Amino acid sequence: MVMTLEPPKFKFEPATLAPNEYKSGLPPVWCPGCGDYGVLASFLRAISELRIPREQLAIVSGIGCSSRFPAFVEAYGFHGTHGRALPIAAGIKMARPDLVVVTVGGDGDAFSIGMGHIPHAIRRNMDIAYIVMDNEIYGLTKGQPSPTSPVGIEKKASPYGTVERPINPLQLAISCGATWVARGFSSKPKELGELIKAAIQHKGFSLLQVLSPCVTFYDTYDHFKSIAKPLPAEHNPHDRLSALKYAMEEETQYLGLFYQEESATFDDGYAAMRARVTKPDYGVREIMEKYMR
Amino acid sequence: MSSNTLTVRVGGDSAAGGIVTTGEVFARIAAYAGLEVYTTRTIPAEIKGGHVMFQMRIAPTQVWSQGDELDMLVAFDQESIDRYFAMVRSGGILVYNSNDSKPSMPDGITQYALPLNELAKGINFQRGRNIITIGALVKLFGLSFETATDVVERQLGRKKELLDQNLLALKTGYEYVEQNITQTAPYHLQARAGATKEERLVLSGNQALSVGAIAAGCRFFAGYPITPASDIMEFLAAELPRVGGTMIQAEDEMAALAMVLGAAYGGARAMTSTSGPGLALMQELIGHAAMTELPVVIVDVQRAGPSTGMPTKVTQGDLRMSVFGTNDDAPHIVLAPVSVEDNFYQIIHAFNLAEKYQVPVIFLSDQDMSVRMQTIPAFDLSRVKLEPRLLWDPDGGEKYQRYKDTPNGVSPMSLPGMKGGQYVAEGLEHNAEGEPNYDLEWRTTNMEKRARKVRLAVQEVEALKLYERFGDPDAEICILGWGSTIGPVMEAVERAQAEGIKVAVLYIKMIYPLHHALIEEFIAKRKAIIVPELNYVGQLARMIQAEFWREVISLRKFGGTPFKTREVYDEIMRVHAELKKSAKKPVAKKVTAKKGAPQKKARR
Repeated sequence: MVMTLEPPKFKFEPATLAPNEYKSGLPPVWCPGCGDYGVLASFLRAISELRIPREQLAIVSGIGCSSRFPAFVEAYGFHGTHGRALPIAAGIKMARPDLVVVTVGGDGDAFSIGMGHIPHAIRRNMDIAYIVMDNEIYGLTKGQPSPTSPVGIEKKASPYGTVERPINPLQLAISCGATWVARGFSSKPKELGELIKAAIQHKGFSLLQVLSPCVTFYDTYDHFKSIAKPLPAEHNPHDRLSALKYAMEEETQYLGLFYQEESATFDDGYAAMRARVTKPDYGVREIMEKYMR
Repeated sequence: MSSNTLTVRVGGDSAAGGIVTTGEVFARIAAYAGLEVYTTRTIPAEIKGGHVMFQMRIAPTQVWSQGDELDMLVAFDQESIDRYFAMVRSGGILVYNSNDSKPSMPDGITQYALPLNELAKGINFQRGRNIITIGALVKLFGLSFETATDVVERQLGRKKELLDQNLLALKTGYEYVEQNITQTAPYHLQARAGATKEERLVLSGNQALSVGAIAAGCRFFAGYPITPASDIMEFLAAELPRVGGTMIQAEDEMAALAMVLGAAYGGARAMTSTSGPGLALMQELIGHAAMTELPVVIVDVQRAGPSTGMPTKVTQGDLRMSVFGTNDDAPHIVLAPVSVEDNFYQIIHAFNLAEKYQVPVIFLSDQDMSVRMQTIPAFDLSRVKLEPRLLWDPDGGEKYQRYKDTPNGVSPMSLPGMKGGQYVAEGLEHNAEGEPNYDLEWRTTNMEKRARKVRLAVQEVEALKLYERFGDPDAEICILGWGSTIGPVMEAVERAQAEGIKVAVLYIKMIYPLHHALIEEFIAKRKAIIVPELNYVGQLARMIQAEFWREVISLRKFGGTPFKTREVYDEIMRVHAELKKSAKKPVAKKVTAKKGAPQKKARR
């Protein structure tokens, strides 16, 4: 089978697969007790419930423990370079708007080396769900502080304690104008599954921060359990200032949907523009003729 | 130089406006009149203000370089006279703004004074000095006023009001010469008979490349603004959506190439373009494309560096970064066009090689050919053949293995959407399924598989004729080069041949990997190998020395301007004289290392 200029057109039928049937068969390489197991289980359940065909799903990641995620799912995957998961995913989505594109990774990949891409994915409202497994530490490189580590954390690369303040990813995303922002917790798999479903279903860019502790280099299970609380019932996820207020709360890490709005996606906007300017019977010959003397 | 070939330089301050417009419009008028044009420009690094020059060579038949000396200088200010007057050949012409400068000229220079400020004031159009000048030049050189009007309408006709002013300015300049200047120009620009009936294009290398990319099936482009590559992005922003494609301006060069990788993974023929600093940022992702075996095209319009360097000046200094960049051995291909026209055909080869062998292809253009507007023959669209990507057959009944080893190393690729074709494009070393795996067996298999693809791609150099060869086949002196230096080399060789000196020339277009048999056969019996290039260390020369164990004469220039024909010619003459002097002792001798030394073996 060879390809002409455009990829073939695919027709997707809703799948009827159990969560287990989305497993690739490759056992995860994570440490026993890693929060990412919970994220993977919730993810498998979410895509099963959404009945996404395996061949319609593209999971993109960068580098880090959690970025090994695509290998464990029976779907199309892309294990990219450090920090570039989002633009790779954007490229896939732009070339193939018919796919369901999910980006996964950790706090180092997302909020340190890859931070520059987040505001741009947001301003374009790329129809991508971004699941960031945040353990506040670099695990794969064995325990250096990350941009979400608290001030004063003593690690191998900060033996006397860090002096930098952590980034607040949700505050940042809401301020940038993200159209869907939420926080989950790997130890709350049921709620997390629902958030993953909603993130994928949202038309536009969705940022889901998942508290997902590292048992080996920075065990925050007890800490997260003590500070994680569901968003209060009176919070209206269409109220951006309210979302910002709860996102800025540092003593409590609220869980749930902070913010949501309907807005045109990049694909919608570009397709509309393309439809406006596309000319019938227009090609190389016609382009060349513009330069003929 | 026949009196029918004219090299004109236009100089002035960019704040006054319109220097490049003057050049471009006049060059187009000549082109529309059936003449051939070849232009060069320098623009200042300043955003507004600063000296600008635009040079054009106009002739009845195609010319190959910008010309060494000036037949005519058009000076909008005194600074232009001061800077360039020494370059005007004896018997040449000066056209100057008599409201701004009072040149004291040596004998033998024909001078035309145009009171540009007064004329502009007379029509109440201060910014119209450039178009007035064009009108004057059209009259001076006996070009058709109708053609001039036509070009001005096509080039400057976007706003009706401004167009009327420009047309008035054109007429004002034309009539001023008609009424005030009796001295006829010592040049008469005469097109060949029937020339206007030929299909000729007037465009730049970047434009030729962009048309070629669309012809090559490129339907996805992501880029980031950088001089001198930005107009590729701008061209594709206008044209890609019209043919159903997508162009996006990314947030940086890494994002641009990452998007291109994603689009290629999705099945699109995809490209990015940048210049040196951007290519530096892309290195990691180029390695990733090599590892994941994704077809991507990366255009580098080389500009003088290092670092920010001289953004508006030419270099061929990114050869090493293109060949030796990325961490560890990442098989890829580097192609380089030689001219404006060649940009069209070579970018098609770049896409075809990328798709056929599932490798990243770096395409090395340069500032000189990218911005240079030139007349060239219309592209032969019947020559465009698209090489498709080898896709997996979902109905073949086999369990899919993305990185399955094959005789030529190319594995059928599945695209998202194909049932059963799921795999991970894996940047870690992997097994046939694409699962991370560092076993020595897989490592060895895959390193060889990836390298094999590129080894086979080199064999296409002959079938695709990825080289130019001319001159005298049995010459003792040869020139081995790459890229846009071919123009002055062609003219220099012609000049040497006219004096009975034989020179053979080979220009390679696949810079990496090198086609050993082709180059070996070409240089084998020569006594002197001249390698001209626009960089400081002689990057190709050193590669040739290292891979072929031959001493070469490295002719280098790194100041940011192209070679002059005379510079190449002088080197040929110098080498010729030395060969004659030491007939016994060849200028270029074999390095004394033994043939087939272990290092050489290991490298292959």
